[in-house]
Amino acid sequence: MTAPLLEVEDLRVDLRTPRGTAHVVNGLSYTVGPGETVAVVGESGSGKSVSVLALLGLLPERTATVTGRALLQGEDLLTMAPERLRRVRGPGVGMVFQDPMTSLNPVLTVGRQLTEGLRAHGPVSKAAARARAVELLGEVGLPDPGRAVDRYPHELSGGMRQRVVIAMALANSPALLVADEATTALDVTVQAQIIDLVERLQAEQGTGVIWITHDLGVVAGIADRVLVMYGGRCVEDGTVDDVLERPVHPYTRGLLGALPDLATADDADLATIPGTPPAPTDLPAGCVFWPRCPVRGDARCETEQPPLAVVGAGGGELPHRAATWCAEGEAS
Amino acid sequence: MTQLPAPGATPAAPPPAEPLPTTTPARPRWRETLGLLARNPTAAVSATVLVLIVLVAVFDETLAPYGPNEQDPSLQLQPPSRDHPFGTDEFGRDVFSRVILGAGTSLRVGFLSVAFALVVGTLIGLVAGYYGRWVDDTLMRLMDVLFAFPAVLLAIAIVAIRGAGPANAILAIGIVYVPIFARVTRASVLGVREEVYVRASRSVGASDWRLITRHVLPNAAPPIIVQTSVSLAFAVLAEAALSFLGLGPRRPNPSWGLMLADGRGFIEQAWWYAVFPGLAIVVTVLCFNLLGDGLRDVLDPRQRTLMAGGGR
Repeated sequence: MTAPLLEVEDLRVDLRTPRGTAHVVNGLSYTVGPGETVAVVGESGSGKSVSVLALLGLLPERTATVTGRALLQGEDLLTMAPERLRRVRGPGVGMVFQDPMTSLNPVLTVGRQLTEGLRAHGPVSKAAARARAVELLGEVGLPDPGRAVDRYPHELSGGMRQRVVIAMALANSPALLVADEATTALDVTVQAQIIDLVERLQAEQGTGVIWITHDLGVVAGIADRVLVMYGGRCVEDGTVDDVLERPVHPYTRGLLGALPDLATADDADLATIPGTPPAPTDLPAGCVFWPRCPVRGDARCETEQPPLAVVGAGGGELPHRAATWCAEGEAS
Repeated sequence: MTQLPAPGATPAAPPPAEPLPTTTPARPRWRETLGLLARNPTAAVSATVLVLIVLVAVFDETLAPYGPNEQDPSLQLQPPSRDHPFGTDEFGRDVFSRVILGAGTSLRVGFLSVAFALVVGTLIGLVAGYYGRWVDDTLMRLMDVLFAFPAVLLAIAIVAIRGAGPANAILAIGIVYVPIFARVTRASVLGVREEVYVRASRSVGASDWRLITRHVLPNAAPPIIVQTSVSLAFAVLAEAALSFLGLGPRRPNPSWGLMLADGRGFIEQAWWYAVFPGLAIVVTVLCFNLLGDGLRDVLDPRQRTLMAGGGR
């Protein structure tokens, strides 16, 4: 395997809150190779967004404590000098934020915001920056980019704004693109366009992608690997086929089981996972999932935290791993 | 029925893949703001009156029928008449002319002191709010110390140390208002700083300077603008108070505050001597306050939507 683009090791994020310390990310490790797409899935509050914000130092300094290592092309993002980190933001890692309504500054035109990244990383003339902005808007499929570039965010629809946000992240051709619910607000046709665009970038420039989503349909379409997060931990990871076709962790199974499909009868109740995710200020001892787990097949569930261990036949370069006591014997 | 009528849809143009929304015409935000302001009667009238007052202050020499210190001993303390519409004072000077000539002093002190407070206070608030931590603590505790003194007392103390005169009055009033601007700015910055677009801009590598000037300040500006307008009212009042106490512009220069102070001694024989400069102060202060209220309504995005919607 070629050297990974991003190597995250034992990432932990604690946030100080009025109700005590919230352990939002608890020992997350993964790698992203060049041209590879890693999908991070999990419920709201499972620590997906925080884990990627932490990489770029975008969490509020006074409340967040980040430990671990995150090597981007061999350089640790977490210990990097602020000015160096600023240079990495953009060309190193581009980030797409999830809420298109609040991710754009209401008082600046689309073009000004798009070119901000370009002009932050070296002298670019106004005309050249504008030309690039128009080009980028065209690439993300915005109609009439020559006119859209001079518009203000409130003059665009939600879907159009989201595409501007995506274009902003792509402006510096980042080595790693982090998309936090990037297409959740878009309708499926636009979503498909964006996915095409990202896949083309990956093919052309070897961009690595971290795709945070709870849309398992998108995951199946674009991801090479899947990482399932729950309670700030990775509970299962592996190739798309392994995780989606042969899920091992009871949580992953629940997540997949909760997917409605068109064949489901209209009056049938939707399948759910009972209960709510644990509060990060008060994580259960043992397996983070046990209070909601339908299996609880092992005495250690409530007391001992299961390690992320290789399951199934896999092994090799992309092992299928799961953190559960209930896998043994079932995975074959 | 083959097709539902689409409410509000333009019948002629076939919809493209995704039409550009046409709810808001593409025009700059400040023009929209001015338009809304013009439709707010109170604010519009206040703004007009203020413009008139400024014009009077600018063309005071041309407009005033008499010089500021033209005395006519035969016309002491005369009631308002055709020749002297606001009457005369104890030296036979024309009160009307002196009110006109005093406008410049009052407004100059007001504008300059507020400009000073605006620049210094906003800068302090921006830095404190944006950087937070010890920078914030240090700057804001300093502001608290300034804030702890009653405003006029602090201004009197500053003038007492530096000596009376218009320049020191400006400085004193300016310093008094610095903490107000610092606090308003900081509070506004604290909110804007956490906006996703600031984070998004940081995530593409924008520098602190860029974030502050392009993203934080413009979005934090509305409360600061309103504060400016309200402070102008207070500053005109403070100038009057300092002059009244003999700490501002010196006699015989015309100043509304000074005239009020001098007229007070003759209030029983010659009400016009104190009332007309007093009225000038009241009208100016009232207009600044009302304009501030109007600006606040217009610059509040929620109110703005309501008003824009109602107007169409």
